[in-house]
Amino acid sequence: MLTAPVIVLASFAYVGLLFAIASYGDRRADQGRSIIANPYIYALSLAVYCTSWTFYGSVGRAATSGIGFLPIYLGPTLMAALWWYVMLKIIRISKRNRITSIADFIASRYGKSQMLGGLVTIIAVVGIVPYIALQLKAISNTFSIVLRYPDVVMPAKHGAPLFLGDNTFYIAMLLAAFTILFGTRHLDATERHEGLVAAVAFESLVKLLAFIAVGLFVTFWMYDGFGDIFSRAAEAVDTSAMLMLGGGTGDYASWGSLTLLSMAAIMFLPRQFQVTVVENVDERHLNKAIWLFPLYLLAINLFVLPISFGGLLHFPGAAVDADTFVLTLPISEGNAWLALFAFIGGLSAATGMVIVETIALSTMVCNDLLMPVLLRMKALRLTERRDLSGLLLGIRRGAIVLILVMGYLYFYLAGEAYALVSIGLISFAAVAQFAPAIIGGIFWKGGTRNAAMSGLAAGFMVWAYTLLLPSFAKSGWLPITFLSEGVLGVELLRPQQLFGLQGLDDITHCLFWSMLANIGCYIGVSLLGRPSADEHRQATLFVDVLRHPSAAAHGSRFWRGSASVEDLQRLLGRFIGPERARDAFAAFARSRGADSPAALGADAALVHYAESLLAGAIGNASARVMVASVVEEEPLGLDEVMNIIDEASQVLAYSRQLELKSRELETATEELRSANQRLQELDRLKDDFISTVTHELRTPLTSIRAFSEILNDNPRLDDAQRNKFLAIIIKESERLTRLINQVLDLAKIESGNAEWHTSEIDLREVIEDSIAEVSQLLKDQGIHLETRLPLELPAILADRDRLLQVMLNLLSNAAKFCDRPGGRITVGLARQRHYLRVDVTDNGAGIGEADQEIIFEKFRQAGDTLTQKPRGSGLGLAISRQIINHFGGRLWVKSRRGEGSTFSFTVPIQHGGPVWGPTADWVAGTAVGPRAP
Amino acid sequence: MIRPSIKGQRLVALFLLGLLLFNYPLLDLFGGPGRLFGIPVLYVYVFSVWALMIVLMAIVVEKRDD
Repeated sequence: MLTAPVIVLASFAYVGLLFAIASYGDRRADQGRSIIANPYIYALSLAVYCTSWTFYGSVGRAATSGIGFLPIYLGPTLMAALWWYVMLKIIRISKRNRITSIADFIASRYGKSQMLGGLVTIIAVVGIVPYIALQLKAISNTFSIVLRYPDVVMPAKHGAPLFLGDNTFYIAMLLAAFTILFGTRHLDATERHEGLVAAVAFESLVKLLAFIAVGLFVTFWMYDGFGDIFSRAAEAVDTSAMLMLGGGTGDYASWGSLTLLSMAAIMFLPRQFQVTVVENVDERHLNKAIWLFPLYLLAINLFVLPISFGGLLHFPGAAVDADTFVLTLPISEGNAWLALFAFIGGLSAATGMVIVETIALSTMVCNDLLMPVLLRMKALRLTERRDLSGLLLGIRRGAIVLILVMGYLYFYLAGEAYALVSIGLISFAAVAQFAPAIIGGIFWKGGTRNAAMSGLAAGFMVWAYTLLLPSFAKSGWLPITFLSEGVLGVELLRPQQLFGLQGLDDITHCLFWSMLANIGCYIGVSLLGRPSADEHRQATLFVDVLRHPSAAAHGSRFWRGSASVEDLQRLLGRFIGPERARDAFAAFARSRGADSPAALGADAALVHYAESLLAGAIGNASARVMVASVVEEEPLGLDEVMNIIDEASQVLAYSRQLELKSRELETATEELRSANQRLQELDRLKDDFISTVTHELRTPLTSIRAFSEILNDNPRLDDAQRNKFLAIIIKESERLTRLINQVLDLAKIESGNAEWHTSEIDLREVIEDSIAEVSQLLKDQGIHLETRLPLELPAILADRDRLLQVMLNLLSNAAKFCDRPGGRITVGLARQRHYLRVDVTDNGAGIGEADQEIIFEKFRQAGDTLTQKPRGSGLGLAISRQIINHFGGRLWVKSRRGEGSTFSFTVPIQHGGPVWGPTADWVAGTAVGPRAP
Repeated sequence: MIRPSIKGQRLVALFLLGLLLFNYPLLDLFGGPGRLFGIPVLYVYVFSVWALMIVLMAIVVEKRDD
């Protein structure tokens, strides 16, 4: 029943269904109701990782190395755990920079280098070709097997002529046609293909279901569950070695290297990059994919060993290729529908891979390899063509056909010598070469363009020498002596025992040497050189993408240049079509709040926007060149850099000045505050003074009034009493007068309005006069007075009465406070260099340190005025000090408690005899003289 | 927007755990000829560890940030 027409019809029906899904997906996307915008479709689309390698090849691999097929799926599972850091970063970088492929990513990271983009493209294309050959081989083999239903016949070794005589070539061309129809129907600025992703997700579902169906059939229909298969296999075939890793270190080395390879592959295979990064709708979908995708891998691998062992039991003696067990087991059991389902599942796996991979590669070939070259060829005058979108599509379609032809050629030349998995691993090793440049590039700012270039080139060359060329040699297209004797017979250069390294399988061997060269060059060259400004800017954008959420979004970069809006729009129109360009610019203008792009002007933001739109169509590096062709970008010259530095240093200087000024202000504020405090203090003192004066005046007034009332009310008071009261009244009146005089006196002196009668006087005479005046008082109190007065003294210029006032005050104070009985006062006069000094010493109780300044203030006396009866007005010393100060001398006290006190004052000596002249004080004194009425 | 957080650190820890469980010498420990319900121990070990890893990853990712 499975005749050729049925199979072909079923295949085409299946592909037709895929088209229906894809166009439905695209239609929904145009309406803005995406069907792929959920994490489940995203995770399923990631399963494009599972190709016919997984579908057919794993079983074949398991038949020879048991559990050894698993690292290819364990690696991605482990890697998924790191996606949270690594993949998220790559996705965000790519979205922000409109990255369209892995070549674009690397080129963009290292300063938008076209050379680097080209190199990555070449490596990717050459590296992936064997992988595509693998799919062709799987489809072509399974097709010829299923055609022979119900017999199980292995396809003959390749004897067909190249190209037209070969079925595989037609399959390759059919796949190319599918891909072109799927992927390059139109040119999208973001290079996203929603319909394609929907179809791929559907294919992932189909291949999973088909494989599980075959697995269940084999395990539970043909045999009696897992245990049954394993124990029967253990009896029939020698499976013990397959189920143990054991053995030498080689097993574990190979296990480890396959894990590493697959970890790199899941990130950096062009198709994985396409579905994971470029086609990603929302980065939050990555969340669920972290565990959904490994779950898919687990599910599709669960039945690999049972199918493999079932096949080994069912077809003993290696008559049937283990790579075909998934198909041949249902056929041999006569289950036509399951066989057809398995064939469709395998077809799903292969077509999904081929379509996505070739689309990704064709984008790279077009954007990063051909366009930069074509645009540079002045003879083609491409930059003057009005609409280049047709050319772009043409190049991509050509690239798709070319890649499939190359895949076909590899299959034809080298495909027969290897099992499916071995072919695929060659590609994995090639793709792993991207890992240092990308991982280093997103986590380390120090990686430079030259380093990435040399690392990639070195790794690629080692890969080609140790893995690709040997695959040709094993197929007979290169002399086999190349493997056994090395190049030119140099044994050290044997490609699979390079420098004599033995004991590793060829993949591990290649991985070791290529990574040594790749990582070594990348790190070494990075550390030896310095990144350029462009590279540095891109490195910062990439490495810090998670740290500065909005920095890049606004295109913050140094850009100085001029462009016209029309030029930019025309340029963009040539690549993505004039209408779309116009719409895009209008949308941009609206988002910036302008009516039209023209009103906005071609500033840095618009240029950046145009460049990023263009990057979606032709890649970052080419977009840079194209935009540069219409924008006259002025490079930052030395002068401008110096200007920037000048500005910066000026700003710095200003800020220093500001700092200085603010510090000065602070000081001034501080001074003002203390001045204010002082003023408040003075104000308080003035209030105190007034209240004290009032208080002092009231005491004598009260007694005068009291005694006057007594006299008034008692006219018959006897004379003795009357006289006594009158005497008190007179005494108090005198005290009152004295107090008022003193207050007036002090006020006059303080305000500078006092009258001074300055003349040349003899200080000794003044002292003697004062002593004579108080001598009666001293005698009454029994105080002994001693004088030490020199005979010859120079004259001084002073007011005699005032000096007398000071002396009397000091003497009466001394008399008041000296001991009784046995009081003793000493008056000394001495000549110093420019002064005459007078000391008045008593032997009283002395004055405490704290009171020594207070006593010179108004109304203040030593000791507690509340408990002790005040003696004197408290103005005497204050007036004395004012007087002495006026004459240019000093008045102070020296005393210790219990040892008496010495009041001293100095008066300057009048050198060169008396000087009469209009001194300020004298003028001041005359100024208040009698005024004319 | 996904932010690197405690989740990321837990996932890295899981990665390291997986690296340990899927490698020599633990694999060697289970590489013997023993069987569990007729199924080779190594097969059971690898698939159960794999399933465990996925469950743990799912728990870490789906757990609401507290």
